[in-house]
Amino acid sequence: MTTAAPPGVDPFDQDVLPAPRNAQMILLRSLLHPHRSRLWLATVLLLVQQAAVQAGPLLVAYAIDHAIPAVRDGRHGALIAVACGYLGCGLASGILQRAFIRVAALISQDVLIELRGRIFRHAQSLSLDFHERYTSGRLISRATSDVESIRELLSDGLEELIEVVLSAVYISVLLLILDWRLGLATMVSYGPLYVAIRSFQRRSMVAYRKRSTATAAVIVKFTETMNGIRPVKAFRREEPNDAAFGELNHRHERANGDAILEMARYVVGSRLIANIAIAAIVLWGAYRVAQGGLALGVLAAFVLYLRRLYDPIDRLGMFLNSYQSAAASLEKIAGLLAQEPGVPEPARPVPLPERPAGQPGRAVVFEDVRFAYRTGGEVLPVFGLRVPAGQTVAVVGATGAGKSTLAKLLARFYDPTDGRIMLDGVPLRELAPADLRRGVVMVTQESFLFSGTVAENITIGRPDASRAEVEAAAKAIGAHDFIAALPDGYDTDVRKRGGRISAGQRQLVAFARALLADPGVLILDEATSSLDIPGERAVQHAMHTVLHGRTAVIIAHRLSTVEIADRVLVMRDGRIVEDGTPEELIADSGHFAGLHQAWQDSLV
Amino acid sequence: MSGAMPATTPDPAPAVRHRSVIRSLLRLWPYVRPVRIRLGLSAAVAVVASCMSLLIPLVLKWMVDGPVHDKDTAGVWLGGGLLLLLGLLEAGLFGVRRWLVARPLAGVEASMRAALYGHLQRLPVDFHDRWASGQLLSRATMDLQILRMFLAFPLVFLVVNGATILIGFAILFAQAWLLGLVLLAPVVPLMIVCSYFETHYALAARTAQDQAGDLATVVEESVLGIRIIKAFGQHRSQAAAFRGQARGLWGTEMRKARLLSDIWAVIMTLPELAIGGALAVGVLQVADHKLSAGTLVAFLSTALALRWPVESIGFLLAMSNEAATAADRYFEAMDTPEADRSGTGDAAAGDGLRMTGVRFRYPDAPDGGPDLLSGVDLHVRPGETMALVGATGSGKTTLTALLPRLHEATGGRITLDGADIAGLPVARVRELLAVAFEEPTLFSASVRENVAMGAGPAGVTEADVERALAVAQCDFVAGLPHGLDTQVGEQGLSLSGGQRQRLALARAVVGRPRFLVLDDPLSALDVQTEALVEAALREVLRETTALVVAHRPSTVLLADRVALLSEGRITAVGTHAELLRDSAEYRHLMSGTADGAREESRAPADAAETDPAPAGAPQADSPLTDLPLERSEA
Repeated sequence: MTTAAPPGVDPFDQDVLPAPRNAQMILLRSLLHPHRSRLWLATVLLLVQQAAVQAGPLLVAYAIDHAIPAVRDGRHGALIAVACGYLGCGLASGILQRAFIRVAALISQDVLIELRGRIFRHAQSLSLDFHERYTSGRLISRATSDVESIRELLSDGLEELIEVVLSAVYISVLLLILDWRLGLATMVSYGPLYVAIRSFQRRSMVAYRKRSTATAAVIVKFTETMNGIRPVKAFRREEPNDAAFGELNHRHERANGDAILEMARYVVGSRLIANIAIAAIVLWGAYRVAQGGLALGVLAAFVLYLRRLYDPIDRLGMFLNSYQSAAASLEKIAGLLAQEPGVPEPARPVPLPERPAGQPGRAVVFEDVRFAYRTGGEVLPVFGLRVPAGQTVAVVGATGAGKSTLAKLLARFYDPTDGRIMLDGVPLRELAPADLRRGVVMVTQESFLFSGTVAENITIGRPDASRAEVEAAAKAIGAHDFIAALPDGYDTDVRKRGGRISAGQRQLVAFARALLADPGVLILDEATSSLDIPGERAVQHAMHTVLHGRTAVIIAHRLSTVEIADRVLVMRDGRIVEDGTPEELIADSGHFAGLHQAWQDSLV
Repeated sequence: MSGAMPATTPDPAPAVRHRSVIRSLLRLWPYVRPVRIRLGLSAAVAVVASCMSLLIPLVLKWMVDGPVHDKDTAGVWLGGGLLLLLGLLEAGLFGVRRWLVARPLAGVEASMRAALYGHLQRLPVDFHDRWASGQLLSRATMDLQILRMFLAFPLVFLVVNGATILIGFAILFAQAWLLGLVLLAPVVPLMIVCSYFETHYALAARTAQDQAGDLATVVEESVLGIRIIKAFGQHRSQAAAFRGQARGLWGTEMRKARLLSDIWAVIMTLPELAIGGALAVGVLQVADHKLSAGTLVAFLSTALALRWPVESIGFLLAMSNEAATAADRYFEAMDTPEADRSGTGDAAAGDGLRMTGVRFRYPDAPDGGPDLLSGVDLHVRPGETMALVGATGSGKTTLTALLPRLHEATGGRITLDGADIAGLPVARVRELLAVAFEEPTLFSASVRENVAMGAGPAGVTEADVERALAVAQCDFVAGLPHGLDTQVGEQGLSLSGGQRQRLALARAVVGRPRFLVLDDPLSALDVQTEALVEAALREVLRETTALVVAHRPSTVLLADRVALLSEGRITAVGTHAELLRDSAEYRHLMSGTADGAREESRAPADAAETDPAPAGAPQADSPLTDLPLERSEA
């Protein structure tokens, strides 16, 4: 799938993450373990049910060989026994089947819900670093299409697969008991059948893998076109796109045809083996009946059993396919679940000390912090920083100077490679997660809205907030007017009628959300980039009151925000090169003074 | 958003209407027509193959009653040979049937998909605004797969199994009508129960599908919004939504399982009871010598062979039903008429861009509200750069979408060099005019291809690409792993917002378009880069007629004149300085203060016209100070 994989192999370019061997077996065992007793129940139900199912031809044999002569002798006991037996077996097989399906469904649905929950929770606990490298698309397909392929196997294939295998065992045993020579002859056919199944498995795996790669390519092209329909149209991409899509579509068509033909080949092969076996066994059996060495009823039972034995073979191919794709999905999921969170929760969390009365916000200390991304390249060389409680610090510098990294370290999206960051003297690594999130909140440039109402999106930071508090937060930041103008005000569903909430408005919602959360430390990472000037001014105006009584770190590439800062840090190449109050720095005629002057001039 | 997502949003056009399954499926004919002969042949072959399996019990009967009974070994050999022959034929015909349709039906699926893709690309933008891309994708993948499966199985097997049942029962009745009657007894109830079950099951399955989709949405959002969730700790409502929906899905799946268990109980029991009855009756008849033993064996064997065709009818009908829904969904998208691309005129020369009384409202705008654009009059002179300024939500972006005809104006006229764009071929309009969107979208292709596509299908030279990259200050490209050949977009390297925006800008200018529309092209850039881009962009703007949506004074300063969009109209046009002087709203937008007084009192704008290098302390590394604030050629 990835076309741009650099020659060095990054495991994250693969769908299957490095995981301990047998990870999927361990996962499977841990999923099934709580259902041990139900599994036993299901097994017993199935064993008894199959016994009832397979009794039928045996009763036919008995009827032909014993009941007919008995009836001719005027005794009807055997016939009545056969009729009752058949009736009983029929009823038992139906009722037991019903019970088995229900128990099996209970197990598989519980397993699925647990699996879905684990993926969900695990994805939440993994670090941002992981999310950025693994990409949202792959994470989502683990949680959706991979779970789906396991669901398909569980609900559509697995029971039948087990039943086919179990009935094959039962029938083989019965045939051997009925007549060991004919039984053995039947066994002989298993050899070529096994070869046919194995070769189909191997070949179809290749064919289906090729097809799913081709499908993925078609899907990517399709989605990309539809999501980018504006540039597609504006740059007249329709015809080049038709050609490119046609090529991918054609490749998919070939792969699709190959996969279907692989199935056809298997069906013909297995059917051929089965039919030859039937002809040979019936021939030999009939020959022996003619010779008087075999009862007619036994031959009849053989014919019926063989039919039952070989009938599901076509479908076996289908089940094997879904089994294979489910196994592959399970492997991918196991790989994901085996990932250790890069920002682990502390084993012994330390609570954040109560804020001393009168202390505005929280004090932040960066102590000998160094940070390098796992993929290499040092972003922050060793540096230290102390932000007293209540201070508003603006961080400026060019793109790539390390401003955002600093913010993400403070929000503990990452842990520093060396050194430590402390909040009121407590290292972030040791802080209880809930305390950390109450203590530090970050508003970022991207402003994703969750489905739900506008109000729900604002209360994410404090789900128990009242409507009045939500509105107060929105008013404080200047978001109230546009929200009130939406079709259903605060109750407007952002997915349905809110499709045209602009990027700037989304950012205002994000601000209101952060305000409502009322953190001790507020980080704003380019949080005003999408606002127009009146919006930005309104936010800045609100900041005077909002930032009062808390510590704030403001990252901005526009200097307008700096006006409200007590202190400015200028960063370059991961280092703090200037540090002081805005007035000092402007007077200093350093880098910041130049930037500031230029910005002032550009304003109006 | 993400690539391989199943559809999650509810159907925009729910099919709550009575429809005929057959009528829906008949619409597939144009696509099926090219393969009709092979499809028909495959059905014929399948019928013959089924007859083979019905003949096998007859051969058995002949063997049991004939050679076996008479101890005629040669006859037994003959019977065995016949069985083998029938078996080989059956297997071979199975293969022939599948081989006949495998590639042609894959072809039908592909051609329907290509048709859908091509059609969707040409549908108007407001269609795409209404339909989530997941909905379209599920039509192009799942629905088409369902249709191919329908053509391969239910369509053929409804015919084949129907024929098999008729022939089978004919054989049964011919042999022993009484036993036949006993066996026939459960057929009708079984079919009724099966089709009753299938309707309910399909309903539950549909619910489960929707619920799984909703669950997927929660997961998707929790992944896409991970930064927010992390920033605020546990997103409890998200976790609660996940739990609730997972439970809901669990309930539906269990309902499905209960239905399934009931139907299986019926399917397993009813025929067994009938066969048991037939066995008892048969034994009595054989004992009375009214029936041969061979007939009884053949009879039971035939009954077994007929089980699958009878049981399958219900599920084949359900699949057909599902296919009809899939066909409806497919044609729902296909039936939407393409945008009108007609027009034969061409632009003359030298009138620039002119809008006269342009009106626009979104088709889904609430009734009674005013039009978003209610009579825009604006003239951008040839070679001129016009900035478009307006409050958030004033319709600036919408207005720019009207120019390349992404949306069609609901009233008024837009002319490019005198030619009404409504009368020009759409392709021609888009050739004349290039756009850089606010939301920079890169496609999964190399950097070079992404930039070059700005020139349209005609293509450009390497030098053009280099020049465009230089204008947009894309020097970062040289540092990418493979330079210009680095793959970007969803399948490639992810670039920062600023980098994407610069590439989008390069794409817009690469073809040296006669008209250029830039929607806030510098919003994601930092101050230094913005200044560098502005400097280079001036050169480009000198050669073209341009409309630039601007939020900030620095962007406005690229333009010769400024137009203020307010309440759906252009309320003021003039130079930056004039508007600052005359328009309170403009002052507000440019300075953020209520009346702009503070900014005005500082009055650098007036100075700008006379003093291109303002009095700030010039810094060596601050390129901003090198820029003249107003171009003086206008």
